[in-house]
Amino acid sequence: MEERKLRLVTKLISALTLTLLVSFSAFAGDAKNNQHNGHEANPVNTSEEVTDYIKHHVKDSHDFHLFDYFSNGEQHSVGFPLPVILWGENGLSMFMSSAFHHDDNGEVIVEKGDSRFVKLHGKIYELNAGEAAVKFDESHHPTNASTPFDLSITKSVFGILLIGLLMFLWFGGLARQYKKNAVPKGFGRVLEPLVIYVRDEIAKPNIGPKYRKFTGYLMTVFFFIWILNLMGLTPFGFNVTGQLAVTAALAIFTLVIYLVSGNAHFWSHQLWMPGVPYLLRPLLAVIELAGTLIIKPFSLMVRLFANITAGHIVVMSLIAIGITMQKQMTPFGSTALSLVLSLFITLIEVLVAFLQAYIFTMLSALFIGMAVEEGEHH
Amino acid sequence: MEQLLENFSLDLFVKQTVLFLILIFIMVKFAWKPILKALNDREEGIKDAIDSAEKAKREMQNLQADNQKLLNEARVEREAMLKEARDIKNKMIEDAKDEAKAEASKLIAQAQASIETEKKAAIAELKSQVANLSIDIAEKVVREELSNKDKQIKLVESMLGEATLN
Repeated sequence: MEERKLRLVTKLISALTLTLLVSFSAFAGDAKNNQHNGHEANPVNTSEEVTDYIKHHVKDSHDFHLFDYFSNGEQHSVGFPLPVILWGENGLSMFMSSAFHHDDNGEVIVEKGDSRFVKLHGKIYELNAGEAAVKFDESHHPTNASTPFDLSITKSVFGILLIGLLMFLWFGGLARQYKKNAVPKGFGRVLEPLVIYVRDEIAKPNIGPKYRKFTGYLMTVFFFIWILNLMGLTPFGFNVTGQLAVTAALAIFTLVIYLVSGNAHFWSHQLWMPGVPYLLRPLLAVIELAGTLIIKPFSLMVRLFANITAGHIVVMSLIAIGITMQKQMTPFGSTALSLVLSLFITLIEVLVAFLQAYIFTMLSALFIGMAVEEGEHH
Repeated sequence: MEQLLENFSLDLFVKQTVLFLILIFIMVKFAWKPILKALNDREEGIKDAIDSAEKAKREMQNLQADNQKLLNEARVEREAMLKEARDIKNKMIEDAKDEAKAEASKLIAQAQASIETEKKAAIAELKSQVANLSIDIAEKVVREELSNKDKQIKLVESMLGEATLN
């Protein structure tokens, strides 16, 4: 009985998510006049525009943009708005990102209560009291606006929530299957070896006998990164693991875990290395601490961020060959070249998606393993 | 470095930290713990099953070894019994032979003894008959001789002559 109810809830959630997605994209077609950049139809067809497009994609954004199409010289964006939640001078403000009408230059002002918000280069600013428009200094930074604390469900947050939900449904489902029989059925058969893989190939060999306490974190990190990396390769345009803030948060999780679980043996080797001359010990402590506190998390953070961002940029650049090389190679030639190259790179990116998840998890496990390792008693 | 910092969004960092923390707790509680527990239980079950199978196999082997030992013992015993039987048979034949031989020799000895006695008796009888015959003959001869005086003297003389020669 309980089981059936739970399954019903699961199905309901999936159905609801799907309906929301469909309905959002249905009404979000938003027309925008494209006259100001002088193009009749195609918006992104010079190298500069391609570069801007790629840069824009790689960043986080406040609405979920799927694609544009043109009719009668008007640009229609297809996607769906995401909720904007801000904590500013006057407390909490909430509205949908469609209120900005895809403006990213600080021109559209959204008034909520006493606050006025503008969106500028993917960032939301709150105008100071009494100001009616944004003013800029020489380096194009707004001078009369403050930055509210942005709790919005941005594209990345949406991705995180979606993956969280997927992981919960998949692995929670797998966990429920075990209640009935020891061998899972269906999709669980795909997930089970992955779980065993993380436990036996990443957690156990790198951490040692105390691995059990840390498998929960390592599993979550591994599947979170892997699924998000793969989602990044779909045309939905997620770039969550290519956000520095996300990888920084993950790296700091690892840092905190291995600092908190470090034992006396670990700290003695960090601060007062046994077996070397006393004069060298403070020097070694500085080096060890720099490695533990800065280099290790920094390398974790940058490795994932750079690999995924670079992957996105390369794939998009190769796709853009189809547009930018049309003059030199004829449309057919450039399309063929871009298809072959981007297909090849995308395949490599599929591998990289797994590899980066594996490396991040493996290194986290290794660092944790070094912190909890018992010293050999001489 | 500046570009890196520009890419970094503190808001997203905070959101990711909070959401990820929640995700870890949810996943540990509803997924990883039960999954790992189930996997562990299953692996231990498999290990136990293999162990007990191994044990059963070993017991089986022991049993077979015991059977073999018993069989061997039985075989040895049968051999021994057969050998004993054969020995007894041989001995019986031997004994019978000996007995028969002894009986036979006893019989032969008896027969010989009786033959000897018979022979002696026959000889004795023969002797007595010969003596009687001799006496009869002698009587007759003497009776005839003694009717003639010369012949008597001649006989006496010859007898005497013989007697001296002895």
